[in-house]
Amino acid sequence: MAIARPGSYYLSEGYAARLRARYAAEQRFKAYGIAAVAAAAVMLVVLLGTIVGQGYTAFWQTQIRLEIHFDPAEIDPQGTRDRSVLATANTMKLVRDSLAAQFPDITERAERRALYDIMSSGAPFQLTRMLLDDPSLIGTTRSVWLTASDDVDQFIKGYISRDVPESARRVSDLQIRAVDALASRNAVEKQFNTVLFTGGDSREPELAGIGGAIVGSFLTLLVTLALSVPIGVAAAIYLEEFAPKNRWTDLIEVNINNLAAVPSIVFGLLGLAVFLSVFGMPRSAPVVGGLVLALMTLPTIIIASRAALKAVPPSIREAALGVGASRLQAVLHHVLPLAMPGILTGTIIGMAQALGETAPLLMIGMVAFIVDIPGGFTDSATVLPVQIFMWADSPERAFLERTSAAIMILLGFLIAMNAVAVLLRKKFERRW
Amino acid sequence: MQITVLLLVLVGLTAAGYYMGRASAVRAVGGRIAALHSVPAYYGVYVALWAGLPAFLLFLVWGASENWIVMQMVLGALPQNMTDGSEQSLSLLKADILNIAAGISTGREPDPVVLAAAERYNMLRALGDWMLLAIGSALAVAGLSYARGRIAPDLRARNLVERVINVFLVGCSLVAILTTAGIVLSLVFEAMRFFTVYPIFDFLFGLQWSPQTAIRADQVGSSGSFGAVPLFAGTLLITLIAMLVAVPVGLMSAIYMSEYAPPRVRATMKPVLEILAGIPTVVYGFFAALTMAPFVRRLGESMGMSVSSESALAAGFVMGIMIIPFVSSLSDDVINSVPQSLRDGSYGLGATRSETIRQVVLPAALPGIVAAVMLAISRAIGETMIVTMAAGLAANLTANPLQAVTTVTTQIATLLVGDQEFDSPKTLSAFGLGLVLFVVTLSLNMIALRVVQKYREKYD
Repeated sequence: MAIARPGSYYLSEGYAARLRARYAAEQRFKAYGIAAVAAAAVMLVVLLGTIVGQGYTAFWQTQIRLEIHFDPAEIDPQGTRDRSVLATANTMKLVRDSLAAQFPDITERAERRALYDIMSSGAPFQLTRMLLDDPSLIGTTRSVWLTASDDVDQFIKGYISRDVPESARRVSDLQIRAVDALASRNAVEKQFNTVLFTGGDSREPELAGIGGAIVGSFLTLLVTLALSVPIGVAAAIYLEEFAPKNRWTDLIEVNINNLAAVPSIVFGLLGLAVFLSVFGMPRSAPVVGGLVLALMTLPTIIIASRAALKAVPPSIREAALGVGASRLQAVLHHVLPLAMPGILTGTIIGMAQALGETAPLLMIGMVAFIVDIPGGFTDSATVLPVQIFMWADSPERAFLERTSAAIMILLGFLIAMNAVAVLLRKKFERRW
Repeated sequence: MQITVLLLVLVGLTAAGYYMGRASAVRAVGGRIAALHSVPAYYGVYVALWAGLPAFLLFLVWGASENWIVMQMVLGALPQNMTDGSEQSLSLLKADILNIAAGISTGREPDPVVLAAAERYNMLRALGDWMLLAIGSALAVAGLSYARGRIAPDLRARNLVERVINVFLVGCSLVAILTTAGIVLSLVFEAMRFFTVYPIFDFLFGLQWSPQTAIRADQVGSSGSFGAVPLFAGTLLITLIAMLVAVPVGLMSAIYMSEYAPPRVRATMKPVLEILAGIPTVVYGFFAALTMAPFVRRLGESMGMSVSSESALAAGFVMGIMIIPFVSSLSDDVINSVPQSLRDGSYGLGATRSETIRQVVLPAALPGIVAAVMLAISRAIGETMIVTMAAGLAANLTANPLQAVTTVTTQIATLLVGDQEFDSPKTLSAFGLGLVLFVVTLSLNMIALRVVQKYREKYD
């Protein structure tokens, strides 16, 4: 501005105002950008925060300590110690007797029933399992930690307030009194929830776990991996290294790009119409789920593998050809090993996508209620995201926290997979 | 069991073939490997392929057709009057036979004829498995001995092996085409069956969607009308809401990241956006249904509006969050590919950064950004889990974002989840919707691709 003389344009009032306005606009524009990025970050934090906040309590489950008398007259009156007798013993009565002994003042039938309801319907099975493991327990009295019902669990965790009128509460005054009494004897405790990790699905929240879903996801992904990696890498090698440039290969390329953008639910329709109806494959089976997901992740793997192959400089191929290798040898012995880290990274990212996918699996019936942990590729199974979908529909408060916990576990798997992919890329990335 | 044995036999023979082939090639030249046409390992692979491949192909063909062949033989042996019925009773009969054969109780006293058929089915299958084992093993041994007999120093083993590998590579790259063909054929075929019972014109332009078909004739509200316009409208409404969230936020963050952000901010914020992209859609659906929808409802009610608990706003907003990283990463690429010289020229004329961005960079990047938005729309239309969990099932024809609407993908998912017969109009209508969905998303992708190709500025 040193050259500005009095009366010049640069000293006029209008110029300064315009410049101020332009700078203000500049600041505003930048602020919009910061606001946008901040908004995205805030949304992520809110999303993850809500889920962690709702879900972290599910990793603990309320247990109640009861003095159980393993009454021989009740369990095994003949004294045969036969496994089939032990397995069908009325252990529910043991639990109830113990509770009744603790609260002799509760005698009315309906009140008794309410008292019994503070224990999970799975508690008798815990006793049965103990008996089968160790028949010498019969006749003794032990103090045993047994699972509390989901309502008591939610009460202990503070989700059910005692200030609410009794009619609006899922835990009755009597149950609260009983739990308080037990708690004052140090017989109520929150313990690590192993059932959540090892159990199958259940209608009772305190007995429901994602063990079955994790096994189902694992089996499904195994099929996906076994199919999509060899086929995807082979297709990438052909298209990148051998395919002549003609209408056919163009068609294949357009096809792959389009498949990458087809909505996932359409792959589910394909699976339903082709694999289930035409080929008569079993419903709800990991093998069908794996097939569908393999077709879905194929484009991802092909595109990533092609990029990795393309990044290997031509000099490698030329050197191999120069010492007498055939084209296939040059590719398989030299180019492919050098492209392997990139292919691996792409594969892991594709598998992570497949792990989080839900919609196509709903179509092929993997949404069934399955209690057993699947043992093979043709057993009925469900997968982690579908389990989350089903639990999210359940009305019980306890399922809300379990759904959030399942989401945390799913996200944990995904983060681990992506971290491995990033590490691989960092470690093996080569610039030529 | 026989199948496991066969596979083990095949693996064993293939491995044996490899070593025998290699050894006999070396023996054929008396240890002077240089006299062989190919490296000895190729002779091994050659023999191994002959041993394993034909038997394995037989195994695949048999595995794909066994059920069908055996069922045809069983049905052929049944009395004529049982197999003459309609298609439905035939499929019921087949299901009965299969259930009894697998030892699953059908819940009613089985017909002795069906019982016999089931026994025959099991017997034929066992027989088939034994035959497969015998023929497969014989084929493997025959292939092995044939290939071993052909080994000679001038056998071009490498070329032969490479030819097989080449066929495998080509076959794998055709899987993509087969998949597309499978999608198109299955959608078109099933949709055609739907359109024979329900006219296509009524489907595409009808205003009434209530897919419940009557079980009893006197049932109320079971007209079974399949006018899809409310679904299209609902999809568009939710997509529009999602775009109103995703495009401004995604685009502005892309601009900020590529034009303003210092490297350290970019290095931390890019992964944050990528995490947003990596979260499974079922998680977004859970968030939308159990956190966002009640929140929107309370917010609306505190302002005195009546909000449905499955409002389009909640689903659309969460879908918008999901699509932000999609828009931002695609736009980021496009903005970064605008050459620096354009910016420098603009700065040289005295423009500020925001003026440069708005008047130089964005116009240059516009085709790419348009394509990115179209891809994002296609993604939003095809998204299933968020709307299945958070949007309603009631097919309201409304533009009010506070009401519940339903979408194409929601209906596909709810129509097809659970066991039901495969040829009711209700089930088939899902394929009609799937066809529309496929055509629309595919067209959007194609158009996006064309926009980029046609309007991209060439700078060098």
